[in-house]
Parts: sequence; C-alpha cells; structure tokens
Amino acid sequence: MNITLLEAVFYVLSAIIAVCAVLTVTTGKILRSATYLLFVLFGTAGIYFLLGYTFLGAVQLMVYAGGIVVLYVFSILLTRSDKDMRYKIGKAKLVSALLTCGVGAALVIFLICTNTFAWTEIPQDIIELPAHKIGMDLIGTGKYQYILPFEVVSVLLLACMIGGILIARKH
Amino acid sequence: MDIHILYYLIISTIMLFCGIYGFFTRKNLLALLISVELMLNATNINFAVFNRYLFPDALEGHFFTLFGIAIAAAETAVAIAIIINVYRNLKQILTDDITDLRG
Amino acid sequence: MDYTILILGLPVLSFLILGIFGMFMKHRTAGIIGTASLAAVTFLSYLTAYNYFTTPRTADGTYATLVPYNFEWLPFTQSLHIDMGILLDPISVMMLIVISTVSLMVHIYSFGYMKGETGFQRYYAFLSLFSFSMLGLVVATNIFQMYVFWELVGVSSYLLIGFYYTKAEAIAASKKAFIVTRFADLGFLIGILIYGYYMGTFTFTPGEERMMQYSMMIPWALGLMFVGGAGKSAMFPLHIWLPDAMEGPTPVSALIHAATMVVAGVYLVARMFPLFSAYAPDVLHWVAYIGAFTAFYAASVACVQSDIKRVLAFSTISQIGFMMVALGVCTGMNPHEGGLGYMASMFHLFTHAMFKALLFLGAGCIIHAVHSNEMSTMGGLRKYMPITHWTFLIACLAISGIPPFSGFFSKDEILAACFKFSPVIGTIMTIIAAMTAFYMFRLYYCIFWGKENKELHEKHVPHESPITMTFPLMFLAFLTCVAGFIPFGHFVSSNGESYSIEINMSVAITSIVVALVSIALATWMYAREKQSFAEMLAKRFNKLHTAAYHRFYIDEVWLFITKKIIFRCISTPLAWFDRHIIDGFMNLLAWSSNESGESIRTIQNGKIQTYTFCFLAGAIILTVMLLLL
Repeated sequence: MNITLLEAVFYVLSAIIAVCAVLTVTTGKILRSATYLLFVLFGTAGIYFLLGYTFLGAVQLMVYAGGIVVLYVFSILLTRSDKDMRYKIGKAKLVSALLTCGVGAALVIFLICTNTFAWTEIPQDIIELPAHKIGMDLIGTGKYQYILPFEVVSVLLLACMIGGILIARKH
Repeated sequence: MDIHILYYLIISTIMLFCGIYGFFTRKNLLALLISVELMLNATNINFAVFNRYLFPDALEGHFFTLFGIAIAAAETAVAIAIIINVYRNLKQILTDDITDLRG
Repeated sequence: MDYTILILGLPVLSFLILGIFGMFMKHRTAGIIGTASLAAVTFLSYLTAYNYFTTPRTADGTYATLVPYNFEWLPFTQSLHIDMGILLDPISVMMLIVISTVSLMVHIYSFGYMKGETGFQRYYAFLSLFSFSMLGLVVATNIFQMYVFWELVGVSSYLLIGFYYTKAEAIAASKKAFIVTRFADLGFLIGILIYGYYMGTFTFTPGEERMMQYSMMIPWALGLMFVGGAGKSAMFPLHIWLPDAMEGPTPVSALIHAATMVVAGVYLVARMFPLFSAYAPDVLHWVAYIGAFTAFYAASVACVQSDIKRVLAFSTISQIGFMMVALGVCTGMNPHEGGLGYMASMFHLFTHAMFKALLFLGAGCIIHAVHSNEMSTMGGLRKYMPITHWTFLIACLAISGIPPFSGFFSKDEILAACFKFSPVIGTIMTIIAAMTAFYMFRLYYCIFWGKENKELHEKHVPHESPITMTFPLMFLAFLTCVAGFIPFGHFVSSNGESYSIEINMSVAITSIVVALVSIALATWMYAREKQSFAEMLAKRFNKLHTAAYHRFYIDEVWLFITKKIIFRCISTPLAWFDRHIIDGFMNLLAWSSNESGESIRTIQNGKIQTYTFCFLAGAIILTVMLLLL
C-alpha cells in the first residue's frame, strides 16, 4: 500500500471539495456560503490540474474564483442579504429534500459503480495539454476545431455584458 | 498511477447533489445562484474527466468545459443584474416574498 | 314548376324578417309584409294548381306526381335517406289551395281583429311560421319530412295558442296542446321508424317486394302513425287539447284549429291511403270507428256548450270525425268505387276548411263586438251586425248540409260512402249530421236571435266590424256558396282516375230532411225570447246535461290517469331515483374531484423550487422502479 503523490493530492482535493460543497449549502450565513463556494472552485481547479488540463484550471481560477465569486460577494453586500439569512424552512421540506438528494446521490453512485468502465479505465500517462494546441484548435476551422463556438461564446458574453448593464442600471 | 475514473465521478456526484439540495432549501436568490454554480461545476468536472479517461486523444470535453465556464459566467452576470434590480424595486430577494407577478 | 320553392320560401322569409326586425317596425308595416308574402304564396298556389290540373292526364287516366325539388338531407343507407323536397299530387295541390286561401283570409282579417294589440308583429311572424310549416307538411316528399314539419306545425300552434302569454289559461292551454299532441306524435315517430326499418325507405311508395315481405308489419306502422294523426286531428280520446286551444286569438283558431292544422291527421291518412287500403284494411276500419265515435261524442258535447268558440271547437272535432269515417269506410276491393270515401273525405276537408274558417272568423267578429265568448252576453245581434249575420247563416247552412251550399255536397258523398260500407255506420253518421244541424242552429239562434242581453248592449252597443274583417267573411261565404259545384272528383280520387260525383238521391233527400227537421227543432227551441223547452229538457236530464257540459269528464279522466297513476306510481319513484341515485353519483364524483383538487392544489403553488423537487423526486422514483423491475 503505497500512495503516490498524485493520489495524495487527489484525496486531499476530494476531501476539500466534498466538505466545502456540503458546507456551502448548509451554512447559515450567505457570505460564508460564498466563501465555501470559492474553496470548492479552487478544488475543482486543482482537479483540472491533476488531469493535466492546466489551461482549464487557470481559466477556472481566473473566471470563477477571481470573477464570479467576487461578483457574488459584491451583490451580497449590495442587497444586504447577509442580514436576511434567518429564515425558517419547514422540517418536512428539509427532510424530504435531504431524502431525495440522498437517494438520488446513492442511485447515481450505484449506477456508476455497476458500470464496468468505471473500474477498468485507467489513463496511460497524464501529460500536460499544451496551450499552443488549445489555441490552434480554438481558432481553427477544421474537424474538431472550434472557431464557430468560440465566436458564438464571445458574442454571447458581449450580449450578457450589455444586458447586465442595461438591467442593473438605475432608471 | 491508478486513480479510477470512479473517484472523480463520485466527487462530482456529491457536488451535484449538494447543489440540488441547496436549490431546494435556500430561499435567498443569491444562495440559489450559488447552488446552481455548484451543479455547473460538477458537470464541468465530468466533461473534463470523461475526456481525459475515455478519449485522451480528443479535446471535445475540454472545450465543452471551457465554454461551460464562459456561459456560466455570462449567466451569473445577467442573473445578478436581475437580482439587484429586483432588490432595488422590491427591497428584498427572498423567493417566498416575491409574488408580484403571480397570476 | 320551379316557382313552387317560393311557396315555402316566402313565408319563412317573412317569418325571419318579422321575427328579427319586427320590433322596430310599425304594426302596419309588419302586417303588410306578412300579408303580402302570403298573398304571393296564394297566387303561386293557384298558379301551381292551374298548371297542375291543366296538364293532360297520363295514359292511365291519373295526374302525374311531380317532384320539382328533392334534396338528400340525411343519408343512412343506399335506399334509406331523409329528403327534403316538394311533391305535387292532387291532394297536396288541393291542400296548398286550402291553406293559402284560409291563411290569406286570416292575415287580412287579423289586421282588424288584432289592431292595437301588443305583439302585433310577433303575431304576424308566428302566422308566417305556421303557414310555412303547414305548406311544408303537405308538400312533403317523404314521411320523415312530413314529421319534421308536423312538429313545426305543433310548435307554431303552441306559440299562437299561448299568444296572450300573460293569461294563465292561455299558457295552460298552449302547454296542454303541445304536450297532448307531442305525446301522440311519439306514436307517429315509432310508426315512422318501423316503416323505415322494414320498408327500407321513407318515401310514400316503398318497393313491392319489401311490402310483400313485411306485410305483417305495415298495419303496425300505419296504426302508430294514425295515433299521431289522431293527436293532431283531435280524435277521441286525444281531443282534449282542442277546446282549450280556443284561448288563442280567434283568427288563429280559424286558421289552425279549424281549417288547416287539425286536418293534418286526415291528410296523413289520405297520404298513406294506398298502403292503408292494400295492406291494413282493418286499421282503416278502426279509423272509421274511432272517427264515428269522436264525431258522435263531439256533436253531443257541442249541443250544450255555452262558449261559442267551444261549440265551434267541438263541431270541428265532429267534422274531422266525419272525414276520418269517410276515409275509413273505403275498401280496397274495388279501387275506383270503393275509394268514394277518400274523395268524399278530401272534398269535405276542402269545403269544411272554408265554412269552418268562416264560422270562426264570424265568431271573432261577434267576440270583437261584445267582448265575450259567452252566449248569455249575445242574442239579437242580427240587427247590429248584418254582414256577420248573413255570412254566419250561410256557413251554418253549409255545415248543416243544406243545398246548394258546399257542405251539402261533401257531406252527401260521405254519407253515401258510409251507406255503401255498412248501413249501421251510415245511419249513425246521418244522426250525427242531424245533431250537427241542431247545434249549429242552436248557436246561430242564441247569437243572433233569442233573448237579447239588452242591459249589456245598451251600455256598449255592438257594432259591425271594419272592412278588413268583413271582407274575408264575404269572400269565404262566396266560396262556401260555390265550392260545392266544383267537380271535385274530377281532380281528386283514391286511384287518381276521374270520378264523377253523382248525388245519391235517397241519401241526399234523407239527409236534407233530417237536417231541416233539426233546424226546425232548433228554431222552435232557441229562436224565441223564452227558451222554456230547452230549460225544461236541461232540468229533466240534469245529469246528462251536466255531464255533457263538462265534456263527459274526459279531461278529468286524463287528469286522474296522469296525476294519480302516472305521476304517483311512476314519476315519483323515478324522480326519487334520479335525485338520489343518479344525482348522488354525480355529486359524489364532483365532491371527490373537488376534494382531491383541494388537496393537491398546494403542490401547484407557483414555486419553481417545489416543481423541480417534484420533478427530481419523480425521476428518481421512476429510475428506481426501472432498476427494480
């Protein structure tokens, strides 16, 4: 029983993700919830790094951790939600939600475990995906190349930016 | 190394159902949005993992994750704009109390 | 003959116009529209009759049956379909003339009679509707079209009887008329269905093969149809509605309840006559017996009524009985000679329509003058209303069978046909004819001679009616005088061949003598100031008199049957069953769906979180079930 460094890192990341995900949805204060979300996102970025998708991990860190979570924190403060979290949820509703999620999770895990590929698939060797290849694929027009989605997403982002400004601005 | 794909999938499942649980039980719109982020992340992990383990030579999952992150960011921006606007008009953002549009 | 469609089209058009726009019109305009359309219809009917009867006869000596229009309306099978169309044969053309003439006279007459009444336009609209329905009935190409118009006639009769809908008696009378005739029409409908089922067609002339094959069923079908005819034609014991129907305006009584609608039953039997005589002679003879009994019953009741319209109503019933008898005594053995009764019946229908309409319109003038139906308010009116007096006298002579008025000729033919069938029936009918003469002249003397109600007449002097009312009287009186000389048998006879009417001298003399004796008796009893003999008779036969005055309690018998037996023994338990079991079941359904809706209503609360929760839970449950299975 010898644990490699990668395995150790994976287990640590998994633990962080699992614990923080649970805390995100159970904590009573929304600001803390946002903070736990940040840790989950860090953990996810770590998993991307583990898989060799370093660029993806970087994007995750920058966009999510750097952008979105900050946005959340600002809006929480703006809407004074940090004082509004003392609401009551019916016990029956809580139990039923818990039960549904538990059963659902158990079901999904059961389904995964009973599939053969889950036990057999082991990657040969993880090599880092070079950023050059990502860049070439993103702006290429050939097969398995993504110039069109890239453009669509860029337009979408622009539209969202304008939309966000329009909606949120004072009349 | 022999970290089975199974482990990744279990982690993402836990994340997904935490998000669902939060979606069911939270009443603050922002908290709901945070739960949605959790779910999105879980699916993103799945994309990346499947790509790496099952089709190591292709990059579909990778790019799907990339676009997913972009779209999640867009969605968050718009949603937060709406929430702020709601707050400005109604002075609160709890789901139970926003009933002005109910038929 | 393409213009015949207008005969049906114009009245329905005027009905629609008056019905929809009538309330925006002046009375005068509405009346003119209705009368003008009817005048056009009358002209077209005469034209049709002229063209029809001047076309040469076919090789076998009959007039061809024409069908200018026939639309297939409801197809059921290849041969069984309901059509709507126009059929012209001698009797339908004859009926066209009768209906349009009387209807036109009534339209003109109503100008004066209904003057100033509220609902004048409605009245004319209903008259148009009635004319349309009646004309449609007689030109029906098949039994089902006849039934449709038959019911329409019933509806318009209902509407017109209940014209004074603020009067409780009128409402009750209209309902009574509708329900009684409708009840009888049930028999008609069943008869039609049996007929259609076995004959495979609704036309009047089914295939020979089918008829031979199902000759057992034809008497049943025809008998049931006759039940419907008996209801419309007020045959005993379904006659109870007709006296009450006199609650309607008098011109309506003249048109519907004397001249046209009530003879629809006779027309129906005449229409089915070939089948009756060939396949169901027994049923035909039953028609005769019922007709004879009705005629006798109605005549005896008419002798003691004090309401002049009631007298006329019972006399109508009695005369229709005559027509039925005439149809019933036909025999199929010798189609030409044996069919004398058929011709006589149609002839009597024709003449009766004229003079009975005249009588009713005359009665309308009298009621108009004294504002009452009761004989006690009249008497000695001859000096106040000469025209009405003379025309009424002509009509009375006609119905009594005095030559040269039209009633003599037709009644004589009927009696001749009866004697040919059986002397017993002939004798009975002669006695009834005598009774007819008696009660008609009783009526005549009580109105125009007899004891005058001076008190009342001084307070309100009776006056002659305006020209719009007297013109129809004079016109119909003219027709009554000349109609008897029409060579009727030349146009209408049972097998279509020309039939030359010969006055059977022995029968004619007997009936004239009998009628004159009755008239003399009536004169002696009622023409004087003091009617001591009549009063003595009434006192002597007190019970009989009271019973006859109350129409032999037939209405009470019906009430007993319906209220005490049917309502109590059948309707009440059925109502209980309906209210508690059927309604209860429905209420249970409603209650349970209401409760379940109430209980699951909370799920549909507009919260997206709840929805997604339900969705996910459902998906999970389904997946688990899938795995477990």
